[in-house]
Amino acid sequence: MTGELAIETQDLTRVFGAFTAVDHITFDVRVGEVFGFLGANGAGKTTALRMLIGLLAPTSGSARVAGHDVFTESEAIKHDIGYMSQRFSLYEDLTVRENIQLYGGIYGLSNREIRERTERLLARLGFEGAANDFVRALPLGWRQKLAFSVALLHQPRIVFLDEPTSGVDPITRRQFWELIYEAAAAGTTVLITTHYMDEAEYCDRISIMVAGRIGAMGTPSDLKRQFGTESIDELFVTLARPETAGAGRAKP
Amino acid sequence: MTALLGLLRKETYHILRDKRTLLVIILLPVLQVIIFGYAIRTDVDRVRLAIVDPHPDYATLALRSRFTAAGVFSVVAVESRVDALDALFQRGDAQEAIVFDPDFAEHLARGLPARLMLVTDATEPNTGSAVQAYASAVIEGYERELQSRAPGVRIVPEIRMRFNPTRESSNLFVPGLMAFILTIISSLMTAISLTREKETGSMEALLVSPLRPWQIIVGKVAPYLAVGFVSVVGVIVEARLVFNVPLRGSVALLLAESVLFILVSLSLGILVSARTSSQRVAMMGAMVGTMLPTMLLSGFIFPIESMPQVLQVVSNIVPARWFVFVARSIMLKGVGLEYLWRETLILMAMALVLLTMSTRSFHERLE
Repeated sequence: MTGELAIETQDLTRVFGAFTAVDHITFDVRVGEVFGFLGANGAGKTTALRMLIGLLAPTSGSARVAGHDVFTESEAIKHDIGYMSQRFSLYEDLTVRENIQLYGGIYGLSNREIRERTERLLARLGFEGAANDFVRALPLGWRQKLAFSVALLHQPRIVFLDEPTSGVDPITRRQFWELIYEAAAAGTTVLITTHYMDEAEYCDRISIMVAGRIGAMGTPSDLKRQFGTESIDELFVTLARPETAGAGRAKP
Repeated sequence: MTALLGLLRKETYHILRDKRTLLVIILLPVLQVIIFGYAIRTDVDRVRLAIVDPHPDYATLALRSRFTAAGVFSVVAVESRVDALDALFQRGDAQEAIVFDPDFAEHLARGLPARLMLVTDATEPNTGSAVQAYASAVIEGYERELQSRAPGVRIVPEIRMRFNPTRESSNLFVPGLMAFILTIISSLMTAISLTREKETGSMEALLVSPLRPWQIIVGKVAPYLAVGFVSVVGVIVEARLVFNVPLRGSVALLLAESVLFILVSLSLGILVSARTSSQRVAMMGAMVGTMLPTMLLSGFIFPIESMPQVLQVVSNIVPARWFVFVARSIMLKGVGLEYLWRETLILMAMALVLLTMSTRSFHERLE
């Protein structure tokens, strides 16, 4: 079974001082799945994600990413994952091509691989004409699509997206999701955090975090049926109320 | 290795494409040398003159007014006793002093050689001799005028060059300037460029990648080491060509010590950036934490020996203090490592400790 799991966590916990940001979360993500991590700001989704990608050490619990233990094999994990954050991670004073070359080099691709993949990437995004433009000259939507493609350049087994679509217009968001589906169809596992509830509907499975815990987890349709709600949005509001969420803790 | 080369190339692009900052990096050392260089030259225009006149008389007053009228001198003190001079020179209040013989006027009236003494602060040799030549010229002018009326009258000046140990070479600004420029380029620029990556979120992308922390650090700071090195060479060449500042010791040793000091400054920059998350705060941190101590506590502008005891002790932890001393000794005294090994070891120890601390602070961010 382990071979089919891209991510598995058991009671993963992160404590900052007196504040438990992530409180014993346990979940699995299957290979090739698009897994949505939902929650209000401060619910702990970004903290959980940062533990999985090795930016933050867990306080307790266990987690395996791409078959590697996050405590002992964090270096091995780095080769197998791609990451794109809500904040823009390409360099604005480098051209599109230079950014691609830089990240290709960082992930140890050969010059030939970088060349081939650059051309393919530019063609797929329709960016051939902009290859030598500075990134700062690109519209935000283009940048996000480019950043996503660059995160996939080294063909990672899992790609982590931290609120990749915040501040992007609805049309670009749609196009962005098409890229996500393309990647998933090619076998890449996708873990995405978002606070747009409509995006939850695009995910294979979602987990809704409330105050550091997983409030609900499953396919969007199962969850709506289970909680008797019309939409994920409604479900989210139900869960976020302290009396129904069951974990009535104050935030710091 | 390709990964590191890619990082270095990227950082080089950052530097070359930020035209405004690039202009500052290039022009700053050039302008500083000129500003400091000419600031010293203008000293000759406003020579601080002290007068010791035990028996003021028509003759001494006449010569004194010659000095005031010359326009180059400004009288800072008129004393009746020679003892007062020590304090005036020590504090740097006076650069030049005329000491009239008590019998000056009487000798002059009786046609005997009238004696006076010219004392010059020769801490900075070029300025000193220029000042002394000016003063002698004023005296000779007066003597000639007297001789036109009464031939045979003679004024005999006794020349004293005074070398004041507490103001040793303080006017030779180049070593201090090197420390200052290196601090700006290494600490400030490094701190800013690292925090910029944190601010834009690109640092996370690097941390998530298979790059090792040392690769990220080397990739970020090596280009600034190169920029700092080029600046030092530029300052030395300019100071040599434009102002004839001596370079008596080994150039290789001076450059090696400069690299050591750059490493210390770079580490400070990394440390500052590790504690801050915005470019603005990093800039403030680098200014207060590195630039001000370099300006004020390194002996660049204020001599360490004349600082209050507390500040003298504090100055020991300012890396620039040791570098300025080493650079001055190499450039002005021409001494080698056999005299400077202690200061060099201190700088090395600082580099080692700060590099370790800064690499560790980088790791801590992952926790």
